[in-house]
Amino acid sequence: MTTMRTGPTGKLLRRDVVAELLRDRGGLLAIGGLGAPAWDITAAGDAPENLPLWGGMGGAAMMGLGLALAQPSRPVAVITGDGEMLMGIGSLATIAVQRPRNLAIVVLDNEHYGETGMQETATRHGVDLVAMARGAGIGECRLVKTAEEVTALRDALHAGAGPLFATIKIDEAPVPLVLPPREAAILQARMREAIMGKAAHLQ
Amino acid sequence: MPDAAEDWPDQIYALLKEHDIRQVALVPDAGHSRLIKRCLADNDIKVVTLTTEEEGIGMLFGAWLGGEKGVLLMQSSGVGNCINMLSVPIAHRTPLPMIVTMRGDYGEFNPFQVPMGNATQQVLEAMGTLVKRADAPEDVAPTVNATLRMAFNTYRPTATLIGQRVIGAKTFGK
Repeated sequence: MTTMRTGPTGKLLRRDVVAELLRDRGGLLAIGGLGAPAWDITAAGDAPENLPLWGGMGGAAMMGLGLALAQPSRPVAVITGDGEMLMGIGSLATIAVQRPRNLAIVVLDNEHYGETGMQETATRHGVDLVAMARGAGIGECRLVKTAEEVTALRDALHAGAGPLFATIKIDEAPVPLVLPPREAAILQARMREAIMGKAAHLQ
Repeated sequence: MPDAAEDWPDQIYALLKEHDIRQVALVPDAGHSRLIKRCLADNDIKVVTLTTEEEGIGMLFGAWLGGEKGVLLMQSSGVGNCINMLSVPIAHRTPLPMIVTMRGDYGEFNPFQVPMGNATQQVLEAMGTLVKRADAPEDVAPTVNATLRMAFNTYRPTATLIGQRVIGAKTFGK
């Protein structure tokens, strides 16, 4: 288990949380939402099984759905931020109806738009993403605040116990950028090759 | 030979099968209702009804990551909901075929349909999409075939716009 530290707010540090979620990841495919979550999955170890997003704000969860439907035997984790999730909040309804067993959506909630100057998001003012996911009909919805709960979440998403939604309350202090490749054609092609081998490039 | 005036939705369905389309993302439109029924009746096609059309762009990007081909069905008004998300298939260089039924295009009754219907092709082209129109029933199948081929062979967003002359304008009894 990863040692998970807390920051000045008493909440867990995002990099430690993501390192734990992706620990011993096996075949787990991870989509990192625009901004800090994309840097977080990269800091945990840049890998072909990672798709860090440089754009498409609001689209991460739906990318996870398309991928989970196409690869039903592999666990898929969407790791994104509260601002990104709020922009695509309707996708929780779309995903709930499809019930993909191998899809987990994990929101790293620092209650701020971190890339644009730390403006407050709606979650800062009490908007409850877990309740919204539950209301959409996603069967397993969790609010995560402790290291033990992060490890339990990690085990559930690796087991493919989805569809699963979790909000992890994280410390808001900014952390150093760890940037993935910026050429998005490489990002998609390397993930496709990791899944399907060289045949991916001849589809 | 089936009558193209009536059978163009069935011809699109046949093309989806020919191209091995496995995921169909859509916000319903009356013009697509027959095609949607055909897809829903097919166990090899996953039909996903979206809350907004841009969700489909994310979903079909994910499908391609996992090796499945998909198509996005929508009405012309939905194109307006997609604009920024089109950066995803462009930057990643991934296929995104779209089949768009037009409103606000030819004999429209509803004023709200006209602004987006009139701008649909320009908006898509401004965002780097290859756009072809079908304004006669017999043109629908070859145009959709070209749209599918260009998307999956050249890795980019492509669209067929099916004109209101093909679908018929909704008249609200007037």
